[in-house]
Amino acid sequence: MTTSLFTFAFDSAEKPEHDRLGGKCTSLAIMTSAGAPVPPGFAVTTDAFNAVMNQTTLREHIITILDGLDMDDVDEVDKRATHIRELILTQSVPDDVREATAAAYQALMSLCGGEVPVAVRSSATAEDLPDASFAGQQDTYLWITGEHNVHEKIRECWASLYTARAITYRMANNISDEGLSMAVAVQKMVNSRTSGVAMTIDPGNGDRSKIVIDSSWGLGELVVSGEVTPDNFVVDKIMLSVVNRIISDKHEELVPTTHGTVERREIEAERRNSSSLSDDEIIAVAKLAKSAEKHYGCVQDVEWAIDADLPDGHNVLLLQSRPETVWSQKASAVSFVSAGSGIEAITKSLMTQVNR
Amino acid sequence: MTQSVVKKSFPSPYDTTAPKGAEGWQDLYPYNLVFQDNLREKEDEKFWFCDSQHWPNVFKPFEVIGVEFASRCLGAYNTRHYIIPPANGIDFRIHNGYNYFSPVAVSPELIGDRVPHFMERAGYYFQNWTTLLENWKKKVLANIEEMDAINFEVLPDMVSMDDITGGVGMDPSVKMFEDYDRLIQLAYRNWEHHFEFLNLGYVAYLDFFGFCKEAFPGIPDLAIAKMVTGVDSVLFRPDDELKHLAELAVKLDLTAIFAAKTSAAGVLGSLAGTTAGAQWIAAWETAQEPWFNYTSGNGFYGTDVYWRDSLDLPMGYIQDYVVRAARGEQLHRPKDALIVERDRIVGEYSEILEGEALETFQGKLGLARVVYPYVEDHNFYIEHWTMGVFWRKIRQLSHLLHNEGFWENADDILYLSRDEVRPVLFDYANAWGVGTDPIGPTYWPKEIARRTAIVTALETARPAPAFNTPPEVISEPFTLMLWGITTEQVQQWLGVDGGDDTLLKGMAASGGVVEGLARVITHASQLSELQQGEILVATVTAPSWGPVFGKIVATVTDIGGMMSHAAIVCREYGLPAVTGTGKASTVIKTGMKLRVDGTQGTVKILD
Repeated sequence: MTTSLFTFAFDSAEKPEHDRLGGKCTSLAIMTSAGAPVPPGFAVTTDAFNAVMNQTTLREHIITILDGLDMDDVDEVDKRATHIRELILTQSVPDDVREATAAAYQALMSLCGGEVPVAVRSSATAEDLPDASFAGQQDTYLWITGEHNVHEKIRECWASLYTARAITYRMANNISDEGLSMAVAVQKMVNSRTSGVAMTIDPGNGDRSKIVIDSSWGLGELVVSGEVTPDNFVVDKIMLSVVNRIISDKHEELVPTTHGTVERREIEAERRNSSSLSDDEIIAVAKLAKSAEKHYGCVQDVEWAIDADLPDGHNVLLLQSRPETVWSQKASAVSFVSAGSGIEAITKSLMTQVNR
Repeated sequence: MTQSVVKKSFPSPYDTTAPKGAEGWQDLYPYNLVFQDNLREKEDEKFWFCDSQHWPNVFKPFEVIGVEFASRCLGAYNTRHYIIPPANGIDFRIHNGYNYFSPVAVSPELIGDRVPHFMERAGYYFQNWTTLLENWKKKVLANIEEMDAINFEVLPDMVSMDDITGGVGMDPSVKMFEDYDRLIQLAYRNWEHHFEFLNLGYVAYLDFFGFCKEAFPGIPDLAIAKMVTGVDSVLFRPDDELKHLAELAVKLDLTAIFAAKTSAAGVLGSLAGTTAGAQWIAAWETAQEPWFNYTSGNGFYGTDVYWRDSLDLPMGYIQDYVVRAARGEQLHRPKDALIVERDRIVGEYSEILEGEALETFQGKLGLARVVYPYVEDHNFYIEHWTMGVFWRKIRQLSHLLHNEGFWENADDILYLSRDEVRPVLFDYANAWGVGTDPIGPTYWPKEIARRTAIVTALETARPAPAFNTPPEVISEPFTLMLWGITTEQVQQWLGVDGGDDTLLKGMAASGGVVEGLARVITHASQLSELQQGEILVATVTAPSWGPVFGKIVATVTDIGGMMSHAAIVCREYGLPAVTGTGKASTVIKTGMKLRVDGTQGTVKILD
């Protein structure tokens, strides 16, 4: 795939720069070059966003609009946010940005052997920092087909930098709007039979010897948004064996339609209470998460999917991986009654046994 | 998952009747080992579980010696030597021919007072482990040597002239009585020593185990076992010796002789006369002491066959190994790979910890590794070597008395209790002294026939898994570790889990997933039925089944925890194993296709 100032293919040989690609795309590019099974795609870089913003005085204008905003005044925040987004959506896109994006999109389609749906996601430069849990603050558009629609969704991603939620979040966390920019990920849509998230830590107690997987049928958005109760698997990270599993009643799934949209549908009786992952798949997902953690050298929060079109052994795809933000900043809650060694500690643990 | 677990109980032993034809079985066993009618109320308050791991078959009266010595000594080390704060011994009863255990807890108000004693006594042993263990080996070997020197001989027609001229003034019956008593005492001594280190070995292991469960909540038991267990136990040495002998045969170009598949005598006959053959025979003879003091049983039965007494057995294994070695197969256990895997596991868990937690982990793992080899190694010295010599001497005495007409079958002594043998010896020596006929030959054949019928009737029924109401939670460390009797296991026996009839759950004792055909083995004598690539399904396995582990692809047992012999052997051989399923050997039939998942602890019947 081609790479330009305005686009960056995930499999590019160039070094990915966080400032240009944003957190999500940087991570995807790094994962791709490390051989991780991520779906192919490209980034629309922050240079593209900057080119759009800087061709006029739009950026200064936005700062003026936000000036003196009271973040507790919900109606006012909403009003100004809507106004800013409209300005961005109607701002013309320079030809060189549009052409570069079109070329990257066409290259991706030819790599996939024809026109396939893509996901268009925002990739903010402020997102995914370990100290700012920005996840989910920007938009994601799935099952987008056709060059025109992709262009539109890229603009919507740019605009999503100014949702009311994002504006108040930045204000609350003292993130400056100066130099704020946004990259966008365009990535082949995974045909998810099952998807979910995996953390390389037990979020319940900070135990780093576990990988905890949430999994449900269809696309992952319902798991991420918490609209469906997923199956939950706890895997020992070292032994790669399942140590606990809870199969939930998964009432709904999000599935692609034939005309390039997604629909929510009720899950038929026999599937809703059966495991959304086989044992082999649980282990494959855990291995994926473990290798992401090893690669980044810190606890990861991984989005993954099982692609219905791919054969066993090749069907587990990594959608994204980012540092886990809660436990990495505090000590594990796992405590030891039987600290120390030798006879005192042995006696103590024998006594503990009695009270179990 | 069920929200409320219905409290269920196992039947009372008093309501569990023996099979038809076994009436009066109680009289075959000591009065204190059977449930007495007048103690029903007291006995029914206790929970009893069947130990078919060590005693899968019905006891013949003499064989009670094993459970008596082992259980008594285990108890004494907890209760009287080391004063283990929460645990006394494990009480035992024989019911319908099978052994039942009931752990004896210490009253909560007494536990505290025991702590300083435990710390002083156990602390001393932990601190001086290596030197004490060296001394242990000396004591145990001296007892074996003394036992081995015992020799039961027919009383002579006349006291020897040497005894006359030496002024001995006693006849050989004195020595016969003394030897019999001494043989029993020596076995007793080595069962004492058996537990001198074992209980503490478990305590240290459990300490590490408990820490791992705290530090890594939900860590698989298998992970802990793999970090602690050695890869080079003495217990595997006999099998290794056979492999070396097989390799030597290939190296000396003797393959054809072994391929002929004849008896040990046949092979040895064919080898004799050539230089290469003589070299091999010399190696074979060297290997026998002590490594052929090894049984395919478990040391608790008088009919256990020891390699040394039945050379066809090791020779048969060697012949299999020769065929495989000649094909270029690797016979030896993947020791290097096991060490690499063990180090990886320890390394990855260590990485997660830091500071005090890491130090604790390393300290406890260190101690567990120092003490743990004993948990495996002792088995060779006691169950195999000591008991091999013991049963050989008992059988020698039995054969002697059989020849004197006391009973019809050579090994019938096993139908007498050890205390009934003494009057038999006196009867024999008395008649010899008086110059008349002993009474035994007119009494015992009929009595033994009656007892044989009872034992045979008892053997028609499998033991009930447990009696009475289980405690809410099973926490006694030895019960958990050695027998794998967990709260979940008991619920499964009770049928509380319900659900899928084709899915058996047990302990994830040795990792890996494999599919294959089942071969159900309920007795060591059936081992030869095993075919290459089959899954061994057994009530229980003995470590000495080692040589068949080269043939099979997985093991499933009814009984046994993470530290059961099947689990240890499978880990050493790198085979998947699921232990403690409770019912695999009755639910699964030979020829069924199974999927054994030793990592998850499940066995799925595929057809």
